[in-house]
Amino acid sequence: MSEGTAFKFGENVDTDLIIPARYLNTSDPEELARHCMEDADPTFASRVKPGDFIVAGANFGCGSSREHAPVAIKASGVACVIAKSFARIFYRNAFNIGLPILECPEAEEIPLEGRIRVDLQEGVIRVVDTGKVYRARPIPPFMQEIIGAGGLIPYVAARVKK
Amino acid sequence: MQRVPQTITEKILAAHAGREYVEPGELISARVDVLLGNDITAPLAIREFERIGVPVFDPAAVVLIPDHFTPNKDIKSAEQAKIMRDFARRHDLPNYYEVGRMGIEHCLLPEQGLVGPGDVIIGADSHTCTYGALGAFATGVGSTDLAAAMALGETWFKVPESLKFVYTGKLGPWVGGKDLILHTIGEIGVEGALYCAMEFCGPVIENLSLDGRLTMCNMAVEAGAKNGIIAPDEKTESYVRGRARRPYQLFASDPDAGYKKVYEYDVTGLEPCVAFPHSPDNVRPVSKAGNIKIDQVVIGSCTNGRMDDLRLAAQVLSGEKVHADVRLIVIPGTQEIYLQALKEGLVETFLAAGAVFSTPTCGPCLGGHMGVLAKGERAVATTNRNFVGRMGHPDSEVYLANPAVAAASAIAGRITSPEGVR
Ligand code: SF4
Repeated sequence: MSEGTAFKFGENVDTDLIIPARYLNTSDPEELARHCMEDADPTFASRVKPGDFIVAGANFGCGSSREHAPVAIKASGVACVIAKSFARIFYRNAFNIGLPILECPEAEEIPLEGRIRVDLQEGVIRVVDTGKVYRARPIPPFMQEIIGAGGLIPYVAARVKK
Repeated sequence: MQRVPQTITEKILAAHAGREYVEPGELISARVDVLLGNDITAPLAIREFERIGVPVFDPAAVVLIPDHFTPNKDIKSAEQAKIMRDFARRHDLPNYYEVGRMGIEHCLLPEQGLVGPGDVIIGADSHTCTYGALGAFATGVGSTDLAAAMALGETWFKVPESLKFVYTGKLGPWVGGKDLILHTIGEIGVEGALYCAMEFCGPVIENLSLDGRLTMCNMAVEAGAKNGIIAPDEKTESYVRGRARRPYQLFASDPDAGYKKVYEYDVTGLEPCVAFPHSPDNVRPVSKAGNIKIDQVVIGSCTNGRMDDLRLAAQVLSGEKVHADVRLIVIPGTQEIYLQALKEGLVETFLAAGAVFSTPTCGPCLGGHMGVLAKGERAVATTNRNFVGRMGHPDSEVYLANPAVAAASAIAGRITSPEGVR
């Protein structure tokens, strides 16, 4: 369970909006985080706080297969991306690098910069002010384990050493 | 207990997840039967895998094939291939296929019986979806996914929604699997099956050869699909019998299974199709191609490098000559296909016509080597992608077609159907 501010974006947020190609000469997460969402909202990187959320419309993360995109979002402190739907490769990459994402059909109704409380296990999104609840498909336990481990490779490494 | 109707894709995934049934949209962890890597993607996966520090879960399940830039075209590609070769030796992988014994991965795996009906197959290559033609669930993944699965023998999937494509009617002369899939992509667009399973069925598919089916499933990814799939039948069984190295299992969709959408195409009267630059959905019937002069023709690739394809091309080229302004490059999909083509006299037909006949390789399909295009040049290719710069210079053009149209175009020096040259 975490609580934070919902930073809202529209539909078809592509990987160039998430992290512009001009910053791809580094793979340092902190550096990438400084430019996260820069071309969609230049103030985002300075305003986002650990535990906040990105909320968006359909097809979030479309475009290139670069893993830098979910890495930048994760390093910026975002607790979870909530979108109506995700592009296929972004979806795989997000889980594989340990960034939680939720698919919520009513993502667009979540109030702009509102405080929300999100339960990843249950897939429940509650707007703090109004108490309004939106539902997403919960993240299954083994996917939560991957996220908890910090991504697929550390998860597998930990699992095989048990 | 109430029976839940399922599609073939859902049934295979459920069986590999140890579940009664799975639902579209659900995230599952599933056992993987075969894992594939090539000389571009395996080196990255190997680096990640070595960070985990364990042995390969099942050395026989990992298939590594140097096919993209081989026989190696330069030092860089030789180094990449070496990483894979060294890894295969170190881990005693029985299914590493060296140059001289290899083939284009998606031609080789079915041929060698490494994949079969009911399997779950992941490959760090987008055209891994080809094996759906045998009634398997096969999909492309990233190198990280491949690395993790090499350690665990399992991976995670989001269960795709299924789209059903029903083909009825009668196929005309020179029309085959390539035209069915190009027509379909032309209809639904390159995002028409985004994230979905494309299930091909109907009387036309039942009559289609295995080679034609492999061509169709190969290009499912060009419509954005996660996998393409065809229910196994008599033909599938006679193909896999004697080849399969492991027991296989036949699955079929329930008649009342749920589909996101059903498309029906009556293909009577369908002409050979050509996908114009620079997108596989920019499809026209060959008669509407206009007067497009060409510089090169490539017959081969994981889409159309199989026996049926070479026979078709040789049939058109027999006794004919390649146009003076055209370079025709013919590439068999595997060593076995090469040998068979030799035995059947096809190689002689190609050479007599003035074509190049190459060792198996991806080569020009991805603009790697063996026929890269210069600025302003145009090629007809039996491959699967015609994106900007796919076969060479960004100002070159690729037109996708079936092997008969490709061969006829090589003779005419412009895009034409076989009827145009015979
Ligand atoms: S033949 Fe072309 S599409 Fe097929 S695996 Fe090789 S490069 Fe990829």
